[in-house]
Amino acid sequence: MFGYYLELALKGLARNKILTTLMVLSIAMGIGTSMTTLTIMHALAGDPLPSRSAYLYYPQLDPFPTVAADHTEPPDVMDYRSAVDLWEAGRADRQALIASSPIKVRAPDTKVPAAMLSMLSTTSDFFPMFKVSFKFGGAWTPEEDRSRARVVVISSSLNELLFGGANSVGRIIRARDADLRIVGVLEPWRPVPLFYEVMGGGFLRGNTADFYGRPEDILAPFSTGLDINAPAFSPFMCWQPHDEAVSMMKSSCVWVGLWVELGDSAKVRSYREFLDGYAKQQVALGRFVAGKSTRLRSLMEWLDYNGVVPSDVRLQTWVAFSFLGMCLLNAAGLLLASFLRRGYEIGTRRALGATTGDVFFQHMVEAGLLGVLGGIAGMMLTLLGLYLMRLQPTPYADLIRLDLGMSLTIIALSMVSALLAGVLPAIRACRVAPSLQLKAL
Amino acid sequence: MLLQPLVIAWRRHRLATLLLVLEIAIAYGVLCNACYLVAGRLATIRSQSGLDESSLAAVQLSGSGAGSGAAINAAVLAGIRSIPGVQEAGVLNTVPFGMQKAAVEIARQPEGGAAAKADFYIGGEGSIEALGLRVISGRLPATDDYLPLAGSLPADGLVLVTKSLSDYLWPQSTPLGKEFWVDKRRFRVIGILERLPIARPGSRGNSSINWSIFAPVKPGDALVGSYVLRASEGDMQRVLSNVEKVVATIVPDIVFDRAQSQTIETLRKAYFQRDISLIALLAGVVMALLLVAAFGIGGLASFWVEQRRRHIGIRRALGATRRDIRHQFQAENFSIVTAGIAVGVVIAIGLSLIYTRYYAAPTLPLSYLLIGGLSLWLLGQVAVLGPAIRAAAVEPVAAIRFG
Repeated sequence: MFGYYLELALKGLARNKILTTLMVLSIAMGIGTSMTTLTIMHALAGDPLPSRSAYLYYPQLDPFPTVAADHTEPPDVMDYRSAVDLWEAGRADRQALIASSPIKVRAPDTKVPAAMLSMLSTTSDFFPMFKVSFKFGGAWTPEEDRSRARVVVISSSLNELLFGGANSVGRIIRARDADLRIVGVLEPWRPVPLFYEVMGGGFLRGNTADFYGRPEDILAPFSTGLDINAPAFSPFMCWQPHDEAVSMMKSSCVWVGLWVELGDSAKVRSYREFLDGYAKQQVALGRFVAGKSTRLRSLMEWLDYNGVVPSDVRLQTWVAFSFLGMCLLNAAGLLLASFLRRGYEIGTRRALGATTGDVFFQHMVEAGLLGVLGGIAGMMLTLLGLYLMRLQPTPYADLIRLDLGMSLTIIALSMVSALLAGVLPAIRACRVAPSLQLKAL
Repeated sequence: MLLQPLVIAWRRHRLATLLLVLEIAIAYGVLCNACYLVAGRLATIRSQSGLDESSLAAVQLSGSGAGSGAAINAAVLAGIRSIPGVQEAGVLNTVPFGMQKAAVEIARQPEGGAAAKADFYIGGEGSIEALGLRVISGRLPATDDYLPLAGSLPADGLVLVTKSLSDYLWPQSTPLGKEFWVDKRRFRVIGILERLPIARPGSRGNSSINWSIFAPVKPGDALVGSYVLRASEGDMQRVLSNVEKVVATIVPDIVFDRAQSQTIETLRKAYFQRDISLIALLAGVVMALLLVAAFGIGGLASFWVEQRRRHIGIRRALGATRRDIRHQFQAENFSIVTAGIAVGVVIAIGLSLIYTRYYAAPTLPLSYLLIGGLSLWLLGQVAVLGPAIRAAAVEPVAAIRFG
């Protein structure tokens, strides 16, 4: 029966080519725009570390040295003293300090000119905690974290640029005025978003495209970074105007992030208590004033809190889906016209014994076929749309691509849309009275 | 005369009419809001900086390492000025559409709370001339007014402020001679600039786009590697590539920041890229939306014409003129579009309220509802014209034919 309906559907669609083209175009345009935006949304709103994000937490403290008028949330990063205190306490399974600074980098034995790069200052747990894998060598040791060792890990792209992709472990790069020995070269790594440095989303008014940049090209121990590049670190926020003469290590300005790994809910609970206890103790010592509010957000909660998906991308998605809704109503209207134009045919089939269910099913097959055609055309439009989006100079342009899952979603969405659009017209079609139509013949 | 066939049409084709009304309603809601968003972004992009953007360029150097900042500045500026075509050059911490360097909270009293957040442009001698700043009242700084920096700002001093900032800070009185504080640093206003946008205009809302302050300083060691230059408009690319060469010979180990060393015109384009992308996307959706709406209106109208051939033939046989028939279809379309717009107003306002709530944008003004309505009426009439003319061409004899 299905084969017969399919044949009828093909005949029906072929009969009025203009109407069919209009319907296919209408569905395709709706699918094309909505899937273009949905693909971008899918690329940007995902989990950067699917297997580990549930165990990663971002503690926050409230190190205001004075009572401030209007703040309900602690700042996005910590002052040096608090961050290092929490890190040294070692209450989590793993923990990594995070701060980045611009630094001039050169490889003395190559001809590549010096460049200003962003350096991540972190601690050795960073690599296992965030599942960063190495092409050559490995991470520095926890001892080297403490001894301010002159060691460095570089990205695969910097290794390519400086050493042509060869194993560069043991070679020296010059960062600012210090010689650093390469201990590890990373595999290509592109977390989306650059989650460990997401902060300050509340101040960005939705303009968050920069959360999707690339990771730093050079990573050095936290203490080493401070040793060799101290003047280049800049505060995230200060309560008093930042005085350049006071070292960032003593200042009350906040600028250091801390990530911790907590393996189960009991550990999360006890870390929360530890964090509260630390804040209370600091208030008692007089270092914090308003310091009682602490937060321990999981990675995904932290991304949500910062509103990482750019507001323009959300807006585009809403507009595109409203447009899809309109296209479906349009397709429904045109389907209705196309079905009712064949009223006498339906009347004949009904008179010859087809049930209303048969008629309904037949027309739904036709709508479904239309969905497939619209989906194919919509896929082309989506590819075109994504191509246009990749041409835009946004930091996430290279992340925009159509994977198998999204391609299947396109066909599914198109089918579902066309079937939805077909329901009302098909119901209307099976209510055609046989006798009336036959009389008109 | 016209009304009766209209009512019949509505009653006979309830479902199709309903679908069309809903389609037009959604189209209207999206159309009004999209146009409003596009207009808002266009206004931001087109905002005037008051500068000759195509004949001004920033030069950004970094990683100068140890050594005297003052000496580097002097050598680099001398090098830049020696390039043929360069008219003026000076040390300036940043330029409009460049990097935000000194956004600070300012207070009207010594111990007062912040009254506004404004951008400080900190420039050495020559930078005012290079930018081409003109005061609308008060005076430009004299040579003695260029004071040494203490940290990132001068300890105190004389400054120029923009009209929009002074209107905000001192709405009732003349701003010349007024003082304001940045923590313990005191500044006095000697001149008012017509406009000078902050480094990242719009990043702190639309009212603060021009909240800038110009502080004349002797850069010394605290402000190194950041310059502005003026050259003639067509010559900028040659001048900039010469600057890079000259800098490489004067301070060989410094890093020339190509992305930031550009004309202000280029920096502006990069800064607004995101708005341009959104405008392009919304404009594309609006075009597609109008096209699809026209498909729907035209397609259904053609169907109705076909379906009502006999009805039309009878009306023609009973004396209706061709024009009556055409008018019938046009009036029918007008009534459907009108119903769509009526429902659409609710959708448009609803969408606008949601948007306002999440993005703190102003609500949709009435004029956009009007423009959206007019364009859909027009679109409807254009789309129905073909089918209506075909309907008018139906001969009275169709009344006695089948089909």
